[in-house]
Amino acid sequence: MGKMLLSEKEIVVPGDIIAEGMNFIPGAGTFREGDNIIASKLGMISTSGSLIKLLPLSGKYMPKVGDTIICKVIDLSMSGWRVDTNSAYSAMLSIKEASSRYISRGADLTRYFRVGDYILTKIINVTSQKLVDLTMKGPGLRRLSAGIVISVNPSKVPRIIGKNGSMVSLIKQATNCSIVVGQNGLVWIQGNPKDQVKAISAIRKIEEEAHISGLTERMEKSLNGVAHSPKEYSSKETSVNVEFSEENQAGEEQSFE
Amino acid sequence: MIHLSEEKRIDGRAADELRPITAKAGVVPRADGSAYFKIGKTEAYAAVYGPRNLFPRFLQDPEKGILRCRYNMMPFSGMGERVRPGGSRRSKEISMVTKKALLPVLDLQDFPNAVVDVFIELSQTDAGSRCAGICAAAIALADAGLSMKDLPVAVAVGKINDRIIADLNYDEEATEGEVADIPVTVLLRTGEITLLQMDGEVTKEQLMDALKMLKKVVPKIQKAQKDALKEKFKTFVENEEAR
Repeated sequence: MGKMLLSEKEIVVPGDIIAEGMNFIPGAGTFREGDNIIASKLGMISTSGSLIKLLPLSGKYMPKVGDTIICKVIDLSMSGWRVDTNSAYSAMLSIKEASSRYISRGADLTRYFRVGDYILTKIINVTSQKLVDLTMKGPGLRRLSAGIVISVNPSKVPRIIGKNGSMVSLIKQATNCSIVVGQNGLVWIQGNPKDQVKAISAIRKIEEEAHISGLTERMEKSLNGVAHSPKEYSSKETSVNVEFSEENQAGEEQSFE
Repeated sequence: MIHLSEEKRIDGRAADELRPITAKAGVVPRADGSAYFKIGKTEAYAAVYGPRNLFPRFLQDPEKGILRCRYNMMPFSGMGERVRPGGSRRSKEISMVTKKALLPVLDLQDFPNAVVDVFIELSQTDAGSRCAGICAAAIALADAGLSMKDLPVAVAVGKINDRIIADLNYDEEATEGEVADIPVTVLLRTGEITLLQMDGEVTKEQLMDALKMLKKVVPKIQKAQKDALKEKFKTFVENEEAR
């Protein structure tokens, strides 16, 4: 008979033996060696039935088909745009996928997206060599104008969004900001400067305390109770767009899975 | 000339006693993973960036990600003499052996054409700097969330005049007489050795004895490494309970 050597929710480091015996199945972040199941990453143990996996606590984003991510346009070519995905791999947005309307060959592509723009986009294909294709066709996918983009730990994104988007709507409500959370760990926030600061500190708080239970209650308390004291986080902000454009203000419904 | 008594070493340690260890994870906020590792007076910082885009392109490997290591001693880190900044023949060699010591534990299969960069800086040195660097880099790589099959541990063992000792400091390395310094990196769970160098002369029996002593002392170092990583994510839990 096998047995668990460590308990649920315990933090493990690479090389830790989590369980022994053949009646466990190694999941993400673990591997089998002989009879034992070993951690291959820094993470928190999570079991469901006989499956043992690790919830990562750190690490870079890895592009995955179906993810909605926030990207920065870094280059323009004949066939489309190259964007930075906040991961080890850049992605390609072809003109065919850039708009629901037809873009003719040789059209001025800067009319759609310029270098430096942030876009909310969706991954439609990832090859084995990590060539990533994107699309702008879908509900809510658009250029993110004005506002500010901050980067967070990608493994904390599910906690920032919350169940069915509960956490992000809580922050939106309390701070009057429009917020879009990309699964690649970039978060776009638009609102008046004071509210933005409030929203950023709320997101940083979630990021820090994501692995402690009772997060939702604490966030409710700090957001709806006494105003959370804004901390200095400027060093982590990736970009501040100062120009306010009137276009794209409509359609405030965000998508977040 | 320094005289060694039979029982105690120059700094009063027992033969298999390590210098005091301090380890910390997450010391460089902008890095993807980072660590601080101090053993005695030797002090190393490691920062890991990546997996990230690799240029120039000819370095890319379409099969798996690559690892780059840089070992560097800060100008003021020596024994009073200024260490000339920039690469030297010595630092280039240590960078290379560090990479070879770390690569067998890393799984970079998922990152074709990408690179993981490890920067090791020594702010203070008193022998055993490559081992301190590898220990720090191991914590930093785990902190960066990379897939590893074990947490490598490094320490030097050696001998002074037929006496086997662990974790030599500079005074011991510089002792006149027969001195051997053997830096080793081991993967504790499997017992694999990924780095083994030797400076000096030892007999086969002495080498085996030294490795036996190594086996005895490395769990202490690994515990410090693991505690550093767990500490980084535990702090908030304790804060919550204190409130």
